[in-house]
Amino acid sequence: MSTLLIEAKNLSRYYDKHCAVNDVSFSLSQGEVLGFLGPNGAGKTTTMQMLCGNLAPSSGQISINGYDLLDQPKQAKQCLGYLPDTPPLYKDLTVNEFLQYCAKLHRLPFREIDNAVNTAKARCGLNDVAERLIVNLSKGYQQRIGIAQAILHNPEIIILDEPTVGLDPIQIREIRSLIKELGTDHGVILSTHILPEVQASCSHVQIINQGKLIFKETIDGLNQRMNTATIKVVTRKPIDLNMFSAISSICSIEEIAITRYLVHHHDHNNPTEQIAEIIVNAGWGIQELTPIKKSMEDIFISLTTEQATSSAAEA
Amino acid sequence: MIFSIASRELKTLFLSPLAWSILAVLQFILAYLFLTQIETFTAFQARLANIDNAPGLTDIIVLPLFGNASIILLLVTPMLTMRLVSEERRNKTLSLLLSAPLSGTEIILGKFFGILAMLMLIVMMVSVMPLSLLIGAELDLGKFACNVLALSLLVAAFAALGLYMSCVASHPTIAAIASFGLLLLLWILDWTTGLNGQQSEILQYISLLKHFQSIQSGLLNTVDVCYFLLFTSTFLILSIRRLEHDRLQK
Repeated sequence: MSTLLIEAKNLSRYYDKHCAVNDVSFSLSQGEVLGFLGPNGAGKTTTMQMLCGNLAPSSGQISINGYDLLDQPKQAKQCLGYLPDTPPLYKDLTVNEFLQYCAKLHRLPFREIDNAVNTAKARCGLNDVAERLIVNLSKGYQQRIGIAQAILHNPEIIILDEPTVGLDPIQIREIRSLIKELGTDHGVILSTHILPEVQASCSHVQIINQGKLIFKETIDGLNQRMNTATIKVVTRKPIDLNMFSAISSICSIEEIAITRYLVHHHDHNNPTEQIAEIIVNAGWGIQELTPIKKSMEDIFISLTTEQATSSAAEA
Repeated sequence: MIFSIASRELKTLFLSPLAWSILAVLQFILAYLFLTQIETFTAFQARLANIDNAPGLTDIIVLPLFGNASIILLLVTPMLTMRLVSEERRNKTLSLLLSAPLSGTEIILGKFFGILAMLMLIVMMVSVMPLSLLIGAELDLGKFACNVLALSLLVAAFAALGLYMSCVASHPTIAAIASFGLLLLLWILDWTTGLNGQQSEILQYISLLKHFQSIQSGLLNTVDVCYFLLFTSTFLILSIRRLEHDRLQK
């Protein structure tokens, strides 16, 4: 069941001397929805453009559904549906005309064009606006046309660059469920900087920062990470950290100020009671004991800053 | 596939007022020129009858008409070609073509034939005017065919150069100015005469005007036809290369 749809090896891309993507390798199998996560300018779009053949990598190799993107670009691109960060729409065409043109570009047989266009319209909720000019439609509808264009020829791989930008919350929910639905029989890559979006629709997560892949996990693995919770402890006097080593469920203690500490611990065994007991017995004067629910943002920030500090240390 | 791109290109031209206004203005100006030529002919008709080997109806009406049409098209073609690639790049719609299973050759040829169809329409409308004279007069049809061919080859060359400029330039206006400048330069290249009054052979050979006039005069020479075909294909190949280059750098 797990056919390898995309295999990217050691991708690098330089713009002059600026390195946008640095030695990124990953793969995508059928039935996976891969979330590509990163702050602005991390190299998400560059990676996507390379996958779709819009940009040649400076080094590295991409094979799509078994076809090398460089040697057999036509066969490889036939398996791809791509929505760039700006939907590529000819604004002076109607929705129907535009989708029919896209179907022709993807070499769909003449008899199947109408069928494909109707299916794509229905899936993206475009039936009401089918005869309207694209230029007169709202940003949300234009985004949906972009998605319709990407799934039109029923490609094995669908690559969506920030698909929910400019949509209202209801549309976002619809698109997320559409992505999930697509993910069952296609391979989907989704780039975003919105973290809950990945949680809502992806099966795998990759985090990219400054052109480097710093995190690669399944969504379960990510949730596992999120199960380590944190307690914020504030005392009147400084505490002796060694006293806590006896508590097995504590992973680490971080000193953020003289009398402020962050205690990281495993979720399943909450050590709050023991901590309070030790502090009270030692007479350090407990002032605050607050559980902090670790969100995706924390993982994201800790991963990205971790890398920043380690690279700063190297320098 | 080339046909799909070409037909969309043509359709888009006619969706905006641009194509219609160009056709209307062009037809108006050329019709005016056509009528003044007829006026000249009728004025000189009696005198011409007395001269041996006098220029005929075709020489007096068709040649200047197509000559004028060529100059007007030199102004108009850059306006038609400027948007082809540079606007798609600006509107980011180019990635639709680049990520579709198409080769660069197909994209460029599609765009080229789309614009060529439009230009052929103009050539056709120019040709219809002298043909209307057939009702009451005789035309040298061989010479007339040569004129149509010359103008067709010329606009193909114009379109190819305009398309290349559109691939290079980042903004449609720049593409238009650049292709207009280059076309005009190639057009007037053989006007330059050396100090001794002698003309440079090479410059004459490169000049578009020289070859155009040569075919126009009714002398169908392989050199001239090949010149236009080479000119057109050179700029088409350059355009394809340029589009590939987009992928490599940016």
